[in-house]
Amino acid sequence: MWEDPVSEMAVHGAHPPGFKHQFEDMDQQREADSLGMWVFLVTEIMFFGGLFATYIIYRALYLPAFETGSRLLNVKFGAANTAVLIGSSLTVALAIHAAQAGKKKSEQVMYLILTMILGAIFLFLKFNFEWRADYHEHLIPGFGFIIRPEWGAAGPHVPLFFCFYFFMTGLHALHMIIGFGILGTLTVMAQRGRFGSEYYAPLEVSGLYWHFVDIVWIFLFPLLYLIGGRFAIPGVH
Amino acid sequence: MSAHVVPVKTYLGIFVALLVLTALTTGAAFVDFGDLHTGMRLVDIIPLNTVVALAIAVVKMLLVILFFMHVKYSSGLTKIVVMAGFLFLGILVSLTLADELTRSWSPEPHGWGAALPTILPTILPFIRGLF
Repeated sequence: MWEDPVSEMAVHGAHPPGFKHQFEDMDQQREADSLGMWVFLVTEIMFFGGLFATYIIYRALYLPAFETGSRLLNVKFGAANTAVLIGSSLTVALAIHAAQAGKKKSEQVMYLILTMILGAIFLFLKFNFEWRADYHEHLIPGFGFIIRPEWGAAGPHVPLFFCFYFFMTGLHALHMIIGFGILGTLTVMAQRGRFGSEYYAPLEVSGLYWHFVDIVWIFLFPLLYLIGGRFAIPGVH
Repeated sequence: MSAHVVPVKTYLGIFVALLVLTALTTGAAFVDFGDLHTGMRLVDIIPLNTVVALAIAVVKMLLVILFFMHVKYSSGLTKIVVMAGFLFLGILVSLTLADELTRSWSPEPHGWGAALPTILPTILPFIRGLF
């Protein structure tokens, strides 16, 4: 391909690193970057939206079973995990801020690693404590689910709630595992000094993804753990 | 010529607000707010605890979107795309519910159920043959 060496040099010398030539300036490039990511996130909203819409219909059809199933989940782990995930959203936002404010790359790397640690704590609590306990209590449909007599008439439909629980939290966990791959790549890029106050698009759009996963959990927490209420109900323990 | 840099103080404030709201929604689950009776099919009983929990979740979501995801400082185009996402989610949920909630409104058309006993013996062996 033919290139004019003089003008190439002139153009490259004038613009900050990471600038793509098809854009007018860095502001326009930044807007295009986050706009493109938001278009992807809209498809993600619809992806999870199918599950949420199905959940809404079946909760309406089998309300007592969903309330019974919800009370079987451990609300302490649910609330703790919500706090952990909100913390990881803060650290990823601070990693972007560190790049924007032109801080040292070690600060970006520190916040990114902190985000991964918080994400790992979330998955550890979810898999090692919650799912493991569900398995031992025979609450996983398809893996020896036992319908308890104290659930009464709602009993046969309680496995339906747990199908939703495992599919929704499982899909959310899958998004977090994908997020680890993204955060790991970003950590390496940050360590190599790729991000500065002008160019930090990979950090910004990955941050949007991580916050989206956080928002999904913000809705999963009340829909799965709190839907039945935790107050004393006559005949329910 | 640079993007709007949100101060660290704002991020910390939003973080604390989100933690407080998480504690609030968890605490609210232990209080019985009672039920709302609508008299409609499927959604006859609306537990007010669910309404409270979802209202808090929406507030938390808005805080994350506006501040953590910088939408408050984004261009109008980005804001429209974000709102379009939720508009389409609303269409998905409301049209699905519109079907499910109105099934009892009109009776089954005459002849729809009557034909079934005569058709089934003919098509069932065919369907079984497929597997």
